[in-house]
Amino acid sequence: MVNPQMVMYEEEFNQIQVVVDRLVREANAKVVFIVDKNGQLIAASGEVENIDTTSLASLTAGNIAATGGIAKLLRENEFATQFHEGEKANIHIQLVGNRVILVVIFDSKSSLGLVRLRVRKASDELNRVFESLLAKVAEPGGDSPFAEITDEDIDNLFND
Amino acid sequence: MSFINYMAREINCKIVYYGPGLCGKTTNLQYIYERTNPDAKGKMISLATETERTLFFDFLPLSLGEIRGFKTRFHLYTVPGQVFYDASRKLILKGVDGVIFVADSQIERLEANQESVDNLRTNLAEQGYSLEKIPYVIQYNKRDLPNVVDVKELHDLVNPMNVPEYEAVARTGVGVFETLKAVSKLVLTELKRGG
Repeated sequence: MVNPQMVMYEEEFNQIQVVVDRLVREANAKVVFIVDKNGQLIAASGEVENIDTTSLASLTAGNIAATGGIAKLLRENEFATQFHEGEKANIHIQLVGNRVILVVIFDSKSSLGLVRLRVRKASDELNRVFESLLAKVAEPGGDSPFAEITDEDIDNLFND
Repeated sequence: MSFINYMAREINCKIVYYGPGLCGKTTNLQYIYERTNPDAKGKMISLATETERTLFFDFLPLSLGEIRGFKTRFHLYTVPGQVFYDASRKLILKGVDGVIFVADSQIERLEANQESVDNLRTNLAEQGYSLEKIPYVIQYNKRDLPNVVDVKELHDLVNPMNVPEYEAVARTGVGVFETLKAVSKLVLTELKRGG
């Protein structure tokens, strides 16, 4: 299989959501979200109503990809952490287990030190969840829900 | 790499528009953006230079509807076409589920098309994909211009694998949705096969 699939199940999703919800509180953050390295949003928490999480997810992944490309040129494995400081908002980006990206947006109610501390703890927890998720996906018998779709189903999607 | 989210009942796929500089990749996305119902699209992002040349990528999220209770979402990306942005092109191809190659039909761009298709093959291989296996369609763009070469000649040059091919004028939308539908269908069919 050329294209290993990323799959998210309810059980792991809930575990991840607990971690990001707690991170918002403990880091005094505005928004926390998790994106896979291809730019797909996995989970989000905090004041997400006012931001375009899909765009943020794609740009964050692009950012991590570009930084990873620079790292490779410098014969570094990865630059796992990035921090951007704005006038009002700051963003802390952490690569977790070289698989997913943990993003924390915060303002002056928090501090970089606090965010870093909380992110470290959350990263360990997330790493464990994603490891068990990957193991589950690799298990045989986990059929894709798409195995049963018909050509007609696909055609219907385009009949408008 | 498609992403199946059982919790949100969503399936996300990544489609990349590839091709030589100024062949019309961004124009394809702009047309799709303009003609798509606001409920079905997100914001279009273009990371471009001051002269509106793609610097890193364009991005457009689209919702196609539901299949068996799963929302299907497609993330459309373009690569920067200019030769010297090759490092960026490689990054955009990561996790791709389907590729549209946009060829420029003008006679003076024949060689650029050929180079770009070779470059696509090389860059896919570096990521562990093969052009033979990935959902792949070709669009012959700019068919309205006076200096175009025959589709037959373009076909022989860039489509030896005989994948689905479409004539287009991306500026006015001719062939734009046909091309997108074709690759989307291939991607979903691949998913069905468990790819």
